[in-house]
Amino acid sequence: MRVGVGLPTTTPGAGGALLVEWARRAETGPFSCLGVLDRLLYDSFDPFAALAAAAAVTERIRLATMIVIGPLRSTAMLVKDAGSVQALSGGRLTLGLAVGGRHDDYEAAGVPHEGRGTRLSDQLAELRDWADAPTIPGAAREQPPELLVGGASAAAFARMARYGDGYAHGGGPPRAFAGAATKARAAWSDLGRPGAPKLWGQAYFALGEEAAGEAYLLDYYAFTGPFAAKIAAGNLTSPRAIRDFVRAYEEAGCDELVLLPTIADPGQLDRLAEVL
Amino acid sequence: MRVSILGAGPAGLYLAILLKRADPSHEVVVVERNPPGATFGFGVVFSEETLGRLRDADEPTHEAITGAFATWTTIDVHFRGEVIRSRGHGFSAIRRTVLLDILQRRARELGAELRFGQEIAAVGDLPDADLVVGADGSSSLVRRSHEAAFKPSLAAYPTRFAWFGTERALDAFTFAFKETEHGVFQAHAYPFDAGASTFIVETREDTWRRAGLEALDEAASLAFCQELFADVLGGPLQSNRSVWLAFQEVRCGDWSTGRTVLLGDAAHTAHFSIGSGTKLALEDAIELAGALGRHDAVAPALVEFELERRPVVERFQEAARQSAEYFEEVPRHWDLEPLQFAFNLLTRSGRIGHANLTLRDPSLVRRVDAFVAGGRAALAAPPLFAPLRLGSVELRNRGVVEGLDAGAGSGAGLVLAPALAVTPDGRITPECPRDPCEWREAVERLHAAGAKAMLALSHAGRRGACRPRAEGVDLPLREGGWPLVSASPIPYTRRSDVPQQLDAAGMERIRDAFSAAAARGAEAGFDVAELNLAQGYLLGSFLSPRSNRRDDDYGTDRLRFPLSVVEAVRGVWAGPLAVRLSVAADAVATAVALREAGVDLVHVATAQTTAGSAPEYRRGHLTAFSDRIRSEAHVRTLVGGYLDTLDAVNTIVGAGRADLCLLEPAALT
Repeated sequence: MRVGVGLPTTTPGAGGALLVEWARRAETGPFSCLGVLDRLLYDSFDPFAALAAAAAVTERIRLATMIVIGPLRSTAMLVKDAGSVQALSGGRLTLGLAVGGRHDDYEAAGVPHEGRGTRLSDQLAELRDWADAPTIPGAAREQPPELLVGGASAAAFARMARYGDGYAHGGGPPRAFAGAATKARAAWSDLGRPGAPKLWGQAYFALGEEAAGEAYLLDYYAFTGPFAAKIAAGNLTSPRAIRDFVRAYEEAGCDELVLLPTIADPGQLDRLAEVL
Repeated sequence: MRVSILGAGPAGLYLAILLKRADPSHEVVVVERNPPGATFGFGVVFSEETLGRLRDADEPTHEAITGAFATWTTIDVHFRGEVIRSRGHGFSAIRRTVLLDILQRRARELGAELRFGQEIAAVGDLPDADLVVGADGSSSLVRRSHEAAFKPSLAAYPTRFAWFGTERALDAFTFAFKETEHGVFQAHAYPFDAGASTFIVETREDTWRRAGLEALDEAASLAFCQELFADVLGGPLQSNRSVWLAFQEVRCGDWSTGRTVLLGDAAHTAHFSIGSGTKLALEDAIELAGALGRHDAVAPALVEFELERRPVVERFQEAARQSAEYFEEVPRHWDLEPLQFAFNLLTRSGRIGHANLTLRDPSLVRRVDAFVAGGRAALAAPPLFAPLRLGSVELRNRGVVEGLDAGAGSGAGLVLAPALAVTPDGRITPECPRDPCEWREAVERLHAAGAKAMLALSHAGRRGACRPRAEGVDLPLREGGWPLVSASPIPYTRRSDVPQQLDAAGMERIRDAFSAAAARGAEAGFDVAELNLAQGYLLGSFLSPRSNRRDDDYGTDRLRFPLSVVEAVRGVWAGPLAVRLSVAADAVATAVALREAGVDLVHVATAQTTAGSAPEYRRGHLTAFSDRIRSEAHVRTLVGGYLDTLDAVNTIVGAGRADLCLLEPAALT
């Protein structure tokens, strides 16, 4: 299992200089990828812009969206954004897409919430025609990004197996990941896809300053009501918790685990590197 | 901390005990509308696992409870005049009034205040507190007072049950089934002390109505059940508000809001047939008391409580739901031999399979193995390795794998070839194989290895002309496509080409092509031929009203064209004939018609009728459908649905839910 690290695009106090510094330092660490989240109505960066900045100062590390809310964007704009990052990074993009969990992001984007699943399926089908897309830079044409699909509904697993290269899990204890992995593999097998789906997981961490990490998670997930406290309680705040979690995800068949920072301090990268 | 608990059932009382035990300065008040001695139902049952947790949580309660226990290790299944006994299970039960009395005493001894006979009209009438606990059962007032926060979903199960008692201690957990002119009734019964048993009678709602029980009063209902189960009872039934009820399944989106939390049945119920309601309630209390002890504030403790408990509770609820569905459909299994019926019953909820039952009761499993193997010898290999005769073909075991090359070394009895297109326009992808004779050598290798080969004949219909599945599913070719045909001119996806409606000449052409391909398959040495009538491919598109909108005879009788193909192939193919059939409302009737047309095996499949099909994928997601087709259409079945363990095969075949199992590659690596 590979372990990647998040780029703190949604954590308080992260500025442009910090994100660039973070990407540089992650490049030299034991991390397979830099992952980003997507929230429209929040103090946060656009995921593609942030990955473009990271692409400019790195050469090795892969760039992953965990996930981008596809239906907030028109398909043409989504393909344009993904194609640009793919070209800027020399083909290092893994594009995770899902419908997201918020009504108000859809309202702010002026996009109907209803029908979002069907629109995402259409976008995925369009992305499968990557080489034919009139909007992407020529430099990216021969390199379609790896496509991951997220979501927990029956429709999400079927959509993943129809159009994706793998599944992007939304986070949770290892047992929850293992359950989702079984569903993903069952869907993959049923739809006659060869081989097995790539399975990606994610989790939050804070090494030191855990109170600040908790405060961020409570704020970021405030829209979920009491569920925010559950997510905050799952924050990995000790080296042992991280090691146990990494081992359990590996045993559950995870291919790549992205550890998302809850504190925007590059020191977190060094501490995490030590743990790994 | 001040704690107000509504409901003096096991959950509420046990929480009071554990809180006072942890910190005597807590002020704990339990409010109950009934007087202290009143209770409904007779005995409650526990598994071994719960007992350990009770000892760790409060030794004196554990001692008092276990001192009053009835314990036993057997399950008896009374079915069609036989009693099948299974051992090694480990149950305990206690009279509910005794349990409550023990809990009340201990709670008082530790200083909790118990207020009986106090009716509460609104949650606000409870004593002011730092924590309010709704331990007030499945119709919880606390839950109803905060519906927006708890987001409850209630579902009434489609059976009726009544909770009776007996004055005689049964010597086993007893499941008894009785057939009447109105339908089947079952009893779930267990002893709970030296001279008494709980005796629950359950039946389907339609049977209950036909038997006229709706109109009978409590005494007349009791008399009906007493007479029906007289041989099992060996004495009279007792009543205690034993009215007919529909089981209410309770689930909640959240178990707490602010300083209010739900406990036990108020938060979640699990069908009585897995006997875990009291167990879950007591474990809830242990977890909540523990979480409150670990945190200074109430809110994080409530979050931790739910985080810990919800996954456990949901697993039990899922098992209980499967168990409840089993009992709804008991008539379906009426033709099983009593031994296999008992094995099917014991493995109903997915918690116990062949391997686990072998540890508990090796003797019963040995008898099931011998039965599946044909019953001629006492010793037999597990069900996976039982041979199966399909028409003229003898399969050495019940395992099926996909892929002719992978199959030879797999040891499986039957190997499924890749889908073969019977016509060029019936190819899913341009690479789709066309001629069975190209596999002649591969089939010879399979035969040399002791396996049989199954040919899979298909016409892609409106799912044709696509790119390889490595890229995705139903993605039309960018170039080099061909015109598609289907039952009606409706494209499969928004990007698919609109197919032509298949006309009479087309039907004849394709029917002949199926027959010709089957004949070539016989030349190539294949042992079994399968026709694909499933998953939105051409023949499947005729079967579903979502893809067949024809107003001719092939629309009014949607089976007509697919059946004519089956009959044509049956005319040229001498060996066993299989069809692949999708989940659908009328699938049983279709399977019956196919069996009557000479089909020997139904390979059950997911719908995929449209591109939007999204079944609930999980391990064994097709097993229930296979069970239904096999038992209601009386035809042999082959089931896949992500079977990645051999134990799943042993359990499915042993229980008679399918005859053959398609194994995932993961099961062989």
